[in-house]
Amino acid sequence: MSARLRWRKFVSAFMLSMTGVCAAVAVSALFLILSYLVYHGGTSVSWTFFTRLPAPVGEAGGGMSNAIVGSAKLLLLATLIGVPIGFFGAIYLAEFSGSTTAFVVRYAADLLNGVPSIVIGIFAYTLAVLPFKHFSTLAGGFALGVMMIPITLRSTEEFLRSVPNPLREGAMALGASKWKTIATVIVPSAYRGILTAVLLAFARVAGETAPLLFTALGNRFWSPGWNQPTASLPVAIYNYAISPYEDWHRQAWAGGLVLLGLILVINIVARGILARGISVSRT
Amino acid sequence: MHASVRPAVSVNLPPIGTNTAARESAAALTMRMTVSKVNFFYGSKQTLFDISMGIATNKVTALIGPSGCGKSTLLRTLNRMHETVRGARLEGEILLDGKNILSQDVTSLRRRVGMVFQRPNPFPKSIFENVAYGPRINGSKAPIAECVEKSLRRAALWDEVKDHLHKSAYELSGGQQQRLCIARALAVDPEVLLLDEPCSALDPISTAKIEELLVQLKDLCTIVTVTHNMQQAARVSDFTAFLLIGQLIEFSPTPQLFTTPGDPRTEAYITGRFG
Repeated sequence: MSARLRWRKFVSAFMLSMTGVCAAVAVSALFLILSYLVYHGGTSVSWTFFTRLPAPVGEAGGGMSNAIVGSAKLLLLATLIGVPIGFFGAIYLAEFSGSTTAFVVRYAADLLNGVPSIVIGIFAYTLAVLPFKHFSTLAGGFALGVMMIPITLRSTEEFLRSVPNPLREGAMALGASKWKTIATVIVPSAYRGILTAVLLAFARVAGETAPLLFTALGNRFWSPGWNQPTASLPVAIYNYAISPYEDWHRQAWAGGLVLLGLILVINIVARGILARGISVSRT
Repeated sequence: MHASVRPAVSVNLPPIGTNTAARESAAALTMRMTVSKVNFFYGSKQTLFDISMGIATNKVTALIGPSGCGKSTLLRTLNRMHETVRGARLEGEILLDGKNILSQDVTSLRRRVGMVFQRPNPFPKSIFENVAYGPRINGSKAPIAECVEKSLRRAALWDEVKDHLHKSAYELSGGQQQRLCIARALAVDPEVLLLDEPCSALDPISTAKIEELLVQLKDLCTIVTVTHNMQQAARVSDFTAFLLIGQLIEFSPTPQLFTTPGDPRTEAYITGRFG
């Protein structure tokens, strides 16, 4: 009896430590990448990195200001395309559609989500580059926007579905139309989740390189307007990282750190706004 | 006109009541709503069979019966909440002030026939905004703050919340939340208030408060309440309808139904032999 008890205690302790070890491994991989990035990027990032254009090949120094602005423009376009379509599509799926339509759309979104990003790039290339015979910010933003649709759609739908049904009924029993119920009760209830979904989609495409390779292409100079090829952080990092120059490698690290930092800042700011909005309504 | 075709069902509707008490009370009664020959289906499954009854103006009508007897379904047809469920189908006629509700605009119908649900379902907004919701979406011109105060007073909640109207409704207790939901429903001045087991999730003290409230509220509007608690039906209602597997077994003035039930199944249920 006591041997059996000892064995059970041993198994319990063993399993407990296994879960702890696995959690530690998972987290430490993340921290390893982060600290490596901070170590290399931190020593390479400088003020000129944000303010200067890339230096001509062979010259040291220069920065990635055009890539930072280019990424911002691309992500703005992608958000304008991906978020409204994903958001309203999710409302349709969660609140209006019959089960067959919902199944088909959901399945299509999941497939789209699983399509390799390079294929999305080819799709955007065919649709937004070939007809105009040149690469552009628009084409790059379009490619990223297409990637954002299924991510926003599926997670927004989940959050809308998690709004308890009695809230819907409560609003409708007061004479609210379906649309008014959605706009005044359901979406505000799921607001936090929806914003998280949008941020996740944003962060996911912010680091995408493949769809931009033959849509936005890249540019060593400023890209005026929306109709020219543009530099972007991920593509600049890619180009610099595979180059033979030591200085460019350092810049690639700096680019990686900046990209990570931008996503982090956007996340924190959005969450801050959200937390403040909620605390106001609760007091 | 209300007599059912089913021989097993004895419907003692007030206007055609069989005993003197019913006939006397019937003389002064007008019917706010009339349900006639209602059959209800979920898909191919029929859950209400040929229900006919009147809902007397400014009275409390209670629907009782064992779980699954269709009392909530019947209640939900009265403001067409059943239409939110896919595959639900209603046959028959339901009149509100003499007009068929099934051919009216559903949003204006629900403004006139309010509903309070089994579990308190305040919106994730402040107490004030919860009550103001109905008048706001209906584009009421009346001053909102006055309307909110009036509704909260009617729901006997004003004194408890007047100093923190802008706190989240979720900070209230369950019983307070349910009274908030009643205030929210009253804010649009409904003619009929439907309550679907409003006390089933509440403690005895909150239940007592809500019961007291129902009795007071019948001067303002007509009340229909579903309950699985027979004592509650006996305490608060003027008329009681007993349903069993989708059929209206008996519908009488409450004292009559509980003292001299006209159907052996009613007697069996109210004496606790099943349900």
